[in-house]
Amino acid sequence: MTPYRRLAPGSQPERLHEAYRSTLQRNPRKPLIQIPQTLSEVTGPLYGHNPIGDTDNDLTRQHPGEPLGQRIIVAGRVLDEDGRSVSNSLIEIWQANAGGRYRHHVDNHPAPVDPNFTGAGRAITDADGRYRFVTIKPGAYPWRNHSNAWRPAHIHFSLFGPAFVTRLVTQMYFPDDPLFPYDPILQSIREPQAQQRLIARFDLDTTEELWALGYRWDIVLRGRAATPFEE
Amino acid sequence: MLVAYPSQTVGPFFDFALTANAALGSMAREGARGERLHLEVRVFDGDGQPVPDAMIELWQADAGGKYHHPDDTQATAPDPAFCGFGRLATDNCGACRFETVRPGRVPGLSGALQAPHINVNVFARGVLWHLFTRIYFAGDPANEDDAILALVPADRRDTLLARPDANIPGVWNFDIYLSGERETVFFDV
Repeated sequence: MTPYRRLAPGSQPERLHEAYRSTLQRNPRKPLIQIPQTLSEVTGPLYGHNPIGDTDNDLTRQHPGEPLGQRIIVAGRVLDEDGRSVSNSLIEIWQANAGGRYRHHVDNHPAPVDPNFTGAGRAITDADGRYRFVTIKPGAYPWRNHSNAWRPAHIHFSLFGPAFVTRLVTQMYFPDDPLFPYDPILQSIREPQAQQRLIARFDLDTTEELWALGYRWDIVLRGRAATPFEE
Repeated sequence: MLVAYPSQTVGPFFDFALTANAALGSMAREGARGERLHLEVRVFDGDGQPVPDAMIELWQADAGGKYHHPDDTQATAPDPAFCGFGRLATDNCGACRFETVRPGRVPGLSGALQAPHINVNVFARGVLWHLFTRIYFAGDPANEDDAILALVPADRRDTLLARPDANIPGVWNFDIYLSGERETVFFDV
């Protein structure tokens, strides 16, 4: 049995990030306690709690009509830190519609709800760790964190990987968004190189002629350490 | 070598995608082995206010101490009526209630058994990188020599204990304080 590598310190966001106000009352002030990984941490739920449906990875086909907005394809591979594919693993995504509104009762941003767009999708990675979603480009939206605050367009991603410690919930951003420097959520990651990891790239090979723009985003989950632990 | 990607907050708008399926709160189906219990998890912020938009994920062994996972190479078979994974959103009172069984003891390091525990990930708006903790059961004699609990300062261990509800038999309560005086112990793994 081999534990997972510890995360590199600068690779993750600061938990207490003053510019993102709600971090202040919702994060521990005392240091986390480091513990060794046991069977409890290196195991975890494996894929589908529910079977994946036909339109689960195509968010443009979940209603009788087509959603408004720019049709896009988001595709890539899920890998571990050694570059090995993470196969047969559940990915869940959710996002705002083209106008920047979520299908959620708490979202009262006065942009229209699109009756043909829910904004939730699921996929299972294939044997090579590949995934592919068809959706529409989400809009940017305002929030109340600070004056004139807007979130850059993003798609939320939830991944499990093989263990409870490989769990990752994150957000994928689109290239060259002018809102990046003003977004305290992205800026909570201090290392520019680590921020870049969350930005998809436009990809002509993923783009489908006369149909949809393609974005490519590979995702890296924690990998195994070199030495097994003693059971 | 590649580097694992950064986490970002789950935000306030996840429930139509991640917790739309309330069945994920029922981990023990009819016929699951072991002591069945309802586990009520409540989440509070640093002001002691309930957190109504958190998501709690649980991962645990079955009553026989077996994880349904290929890395668990113990000879026993997993309980087919038990799903080790649970996931729920908190309600307006900051609470969610799982139906599960008391887990068995699983091997720890160097062969010693661990005290029964449930692994917990906490996600919420304002939590940029999910928080990881464990739920132990108050009064379990195995807690005394659990190697992970031993790493926690004695005066903070009670933040990791679920307690039986004073009024309703079969219900256990576990309160998570994200911050503040009663701050729960969170782990770095």
